[in-house]
Amino acid sequence: MSATASVPHATLPADDGLAATVRAFEAYGDGDWDDIAREAVGEERIVVNMGPQHPSTHGVLRLMLEIDGETVTEARAGIGYLHTGIEKNMEFRTWTQGTTFCTRMDYVAPFFQEAGFCLATERLLGITDDVPERASVIRVLMMELNRITSHLVCLGTGGNEMGATTVMTVGFTAREEILRLFEAVTGLRMNHAYIRPGGVAVDVPEGFTAQARDALENVRHYLGQLGDLMLANPIFKARLTDVGALNLAGCMALGITGPVLRSTGLPYDVRKAAPYCGYETYEFDVPTGTGADCYTRAVLRLEECYQSLRIVEQALARLDATAGAPVMVADRKIAWPAQLAVGADGQGNSLEHIKKIMGTSMEALIHHFKLVTEGFRVPAGQAWQTVEHPRGELGVHVVSDGGTRPYRAHFRDPSFNNLQAVSVMCEGGQVADVVVAVASLDPVLGGVDR
Amino acid sequence: MSEVSKGPAAPASATQLEVTEVRRGMFGAGDSGDTSGYGGLVRPVVMPGPSARPYGSWFDDVVDILGEVLADGGLAFDDAVEKVVVDLHGAATADAPQAELTLYVRREHLVPVCQALRDDQDLRFELSLGVSGVHFPYETGRELHAVYHLVSVTHGRRLRLETVAPDEDPHLPSTVSVYPTNDWHERETYDFFGIVFDGHPALTRIEMPDDWVGHPQRKDYPLGGIPVEYKGATIPPPDTRRSYS
Repeated sequence: MSATASVPHATLPADDGLAATVRAFEAYGDGDWDDIAREAVGEERIVVNMGPQHPSTHGVLRLMLEIDGETVTEARAGIGYLHTGIEKNMEFRTWTQGTTFCTRMDYVAPFFQEAGFCLATERLLGITDDVPERASVIRVLMMELNRITSHLVCLGTGGNEMGATTVMTVGFTAREEILRLFEAVTGLRMNHAYIRPGGVAVDVPEGFTAQARDALENVRHYLGQLGDLMLANPIFKARLTDVGALNLAGCMALGITGPVLRSTGLPYDVRKAAPYCGYETYEFDVPTGTGADCYTRAVLRLEECYQSLRIVEQALARLDATAGAPVMVADRKIAWPAQLAVGADGQGNSLEHIKKIMGTSMEALIHHFKLVTEGFRVPAGQAWQTVEHPRGELGVHVVSDGGTRPYRAHFRDPSFNNLQAVSVMCEGGQVADVVVAVASLDPVLGGVDR
Repeated sequence: MSEVSKGPAAPASATQLEVTEVRRGMFGAGDSGDTSGYGGLVRPVVMPGPSARPYGSWFDDVVDILGEVLADGGLAFDDAVEKVVVDLHGAATADAPQAELTLYVRREHLVPVCQALRDDQDLRFELSLGVSGVHFPYETGRELHAVYHLVSVTHGRRLRLETVAPDEDPHLPSTVSVYPTNDWHERETYDFFGIVFDGHPALTRIEMPDDWVGHPQRKDYPLGGIPVEYKGATIPPPDTRRSYS
């Protein structure tokens, strides 16, 4: 250990030698918080630290508010409390393992990171046009279902923060219906790692489309309930209307995309502007509003859920029409040979596949082993792929050095970017409006900090 | 190191390879005797080189217009942009949606190029999707890359700018004056790569604690991790496992 003690290392044990070099932070001592508070001494303003443990900050967002009575005169956002180094970790795993990592970034909308990363990888591999149609249909289906669950969390928790617990319970009940669908397809309710470079891990199970149609009927019912509870509710409208305003110029300058941008009237949606996964073949509208406030954003999110349902119905019809078609590229140097099946332990490879590789074909066993442990090589170069995430435009920048692991993977997370608007949206408003404004940005800190 | 094919025998028309690194052996181990026979393996890491005209699709138009706008401002296109790279990503023509255009901009001219791309009505790349850094430790004099992703909502186009800085002088001009959204993205790139964006309003760390030592996403910064015991066997941390260079 002593040989590497001088190297900055996340897991080195702390010793007395280090103590002298590390600055100590104490609640009353020398910290950055103290500096901010000291600036305010002698004036009639109060600096309030909201978060990183505040329940309305959607995780570990820290807001430093300078308030004058009930009016917020300055708002700053502090992030980094959930930084887990996912991008760095991805440089040490194969391209296929990458989806296991990036799915954990924005954990409320995991399929979008997976899809963005896999589409970018496919670009580098030059197999964008070879991905089977059924795989793209399943990707679209999962992404749109995920968009609904994400918006339901946004609306539900947003309502809960204003005291409307019923909005939260209805939202989460509806989300549960879709999470059951995710579990049926991927085996997991979150952190799926289901979309893989070249296609998806496994086809949807038998009887899935019927199960999905039943579930969607319930979801539609709950969405109706949410609309009835919120949209015409005088308290809800009073709390949200004209709060957290951000106009089109502000959105463009700050790079804000998604429902917040569309609430200013600009119908910018990556699914229409730069289609991927065959979105140009689906019929759906991009809802916009002109209020540019929190109320308009809530209405838009609800409306987007209905548009997603439209896409899901079309995708389900296509799934019925393409039953039995491949869900992974034909290239055996990329697609895993594994035939996944549910075994006695709840997961694993199919027994026939194991029998074949263990009993009859050593070459198949070697190939399987090499492909899973070493991975496939991706030509050197870089690619940038964006997808329409529930919170805005998610960008994935991948760089390959021609090896079996990403040389660099960068995610432009929409929550990270959108949090820059907190100060513009909150300053001049009431403290209670901060909660509403932040909720209308819908940040998920797992994505912000990565 | 960036051009290995340069030599007296190479004709002027020869393609210049963008070699960023040359790797030897396999399995990422250089400290033991070669028992695998792979020890003599030599693999240069070659990035896509400059593209020749016509680039195809709208790429030529954008490059031409940018050249004109820069010339109006007294800046020659070749001084500002060192090379233009078109990545087709397996497509036959640049009209395919997966084709991407990259302009390698010399760092001292980055801000005027961004300004021209944003403000000219025929370019109008009004939306920036941020900055991402890449570290190439073996590309001598060009170790640190910053990549800017721009979108033209008006014209439905996407463009990438790339600019480089040497490790000895890790400075790039800040683009916050043109794209205010790059504020946090430049802070992130500074935090993770140590690229100093001159003119940034408040260049501080954003993800790591203020007193953190080092820039974690540089290639010379270790991943970290401890060996894990699982069913009697010990699994080494990911950065010390076998790798396939």
